[in-house]
Amino acid sequence: MRREIPLLITGIVGVVFIVSYFIPHWPFSQMNNWFSDWFSIIQACAIFLGALNLLMVSSQKIARKAEGWGYAAVIIATFIMMVGIGFSGGVGFREAAGFDWLYRFMYIPLSATMFAILGFFVASASYRAFRARNVEASLLLVAAFLVMLGRVPVGDMVTSFMPDGSQMSDLASWIMNFPQKAGQRAIMIGIALGLVSTSLRIILGIERSHLGGGD
Amino acid sequence: MKTRTIEMIVLALLVISSVWAYVGKINGWHHGFVFSSSVSLVIMILLALSLVWILIRTLQDKLVGRRIVFLYIGVALSLPLFMSIDQPIKVSDEVRGVYQGLVDLQPGSKVLISFDYDPASAPELQPMAEAILGECIERDLDMIVLGLWPMGPQQATMALDSVMSRMGLTEQDVVYGEDFVNLGYQAGGEFVIQRMGSSFESMFKSDFRGTPYQDLPIIKNVKNFSNIDYSVNLSAGFPGTVEWVQVGVDRFGIKLGAGNTAVQAPTVYPYMGTLEKPGQLVGLMGGMSGAAEIEKLTNLKGKATLFMLSQSFAHVIVIAFIIIGNVAYFRGGRKSKLKGE
Repeated sequence: MRREIPLLITGIVGVVFIVSYFIPHWPFSQMNNWFSDWFSIIQACAIFLGALNLLMVSSQKIARKAEGWGYAAVIIATFIMMVGIGFSGGVGFREAAGFDWLYRFMYIPLSATMFAILGFFVASASYRAFRARNVEASLLLVAAFLVMLGRVPVGDMVTSFMPDGSQMSDLASWIMNFPQKAGQRAIMIGIALGLVSTSLRIILGIERSHLGGGD
Repeated sequence: MKTRTIEMIVLALLVISSVWAYVGKINGWHHGFVFSSSVSLVIMILLALSLVWILIRTLQDKLVGRRIVFLYIGVALSLPLFMSIDQPIKVSDEVRGVYQGLVDLQPGSKVLISFDYDPASAPELQPMAEAILGECIERDLDMIVLGLWPMGPQQATMALDSVMSRMGLTEQDVVYGEDFVNLGYQAGGEFVIQRMGSSFESMFKSDFRGTPYQDLPIIKNVKNFSNIDYSVNLSAGFPGTVEWVQVGVDRFGIKLGAGNTAVQAPTVYPYMGTLEKPGQLVGLMGGMSGAAEIEKLTNLKGKATLFMLSQSFAHVIVIAFIIIGNVAYFRGGRKSKLKGE
């Protein structure tokens, strides 16, 4: 029963979602709404599970004095601080309250700093690894140069002598709107076909790996 | 001098300059401080010459390490903030499509804006949000905002605060609950969008301040997407524009414009048509250049326009280092000697 019940739920929900797309009327519309609400509830619960998991993993790291356990202590301390201050504000969000202050003056600068570092690594990685090894890589390199220059005003400045419509930004737009878009659509169609077949296998109970257990 | 000592000196200099910049910002020391055009030109020539010097050293098989690349990127990003070089910002059809969606609306129309990003993507998406909200205020449109990302609603509040301050408006000019409402965050991704198709209230019983849905005049008559005139999605990943297109546009027929990070924008291009014949998206703002373009259209020049010079410099530096790296690659008989140090 541990496997049959989840398979049954998956099958029923999957079929209802498919049918309600083509027949958006009662009872399928109502069932669709129920299942959508359930999904939101389950996902909200998953946030709690995620938070609990984070606390447990971090606590175990501290207990074992594993490498980097100091960071785990910081995680737990800041987690408790954010949750505590958040709940102390009462129901609903309050601007300029403690939680908002922490968000604006701690979370945002820290998060932005972490992400900003990526720019430096991308530059370094491009310098070390972006090579014209063969025809395909060379094409990619040339396209990257054109798009990088076309996406910033300096590209148009250096091609300002060209007629309007043939400047660097126009070239970048053309690359994005035609070769890039065509490639993306091809990938998307492939992914969609794969999704349809995998979804059908899951709904029909043929694919069971998501239930765990290895078969 | 040992590498460790050099690193410590550079780190100390960075910390001192950061503290100086921060204290100076608070006390207004740097207000209006910009290099003159001639100084800016000298800096650019020096940068170009130093890159040529690196290229020459590379040809002599003396390769630069990644720390030099980091330094150049740091300089390329920070120095342009003090330069006064006007750059022509050309508005693409993609961004014009998003703007046209707002222009076509009558005063009092309802605009739904979904903030699906967090502070990490704010440098690219926050200027777009401010420009869109500013244009909505300018055109007297009703703004309904929500977030499928937990931090989205707070970004919306900050964007509104910023744009109201820049436009010199007060809470009496943009009345909460009448001109603007923040519905807050709702977990569920695309299922939230799907449920909103039948009932907004089922997903958002109250706004993010806790006010019941029916007590908010701006939305009490909004049942579902059929009461929304235009939607804008600002997204940095999942759930985001793809989900809004697949559920909101394809299933419920909403008119959608999007703003994406530069990394994500290429994946959304397949949904675009042309300005004359829109696809599933009426328009797309991609990355900081898209943000600068919408700022130009809305006459609300902000951080995106300011940072475009830095981005120009950074792109040129990255291209220069890729060329240098390839020179090293071909000089070394196609066996790269760049070890990362």
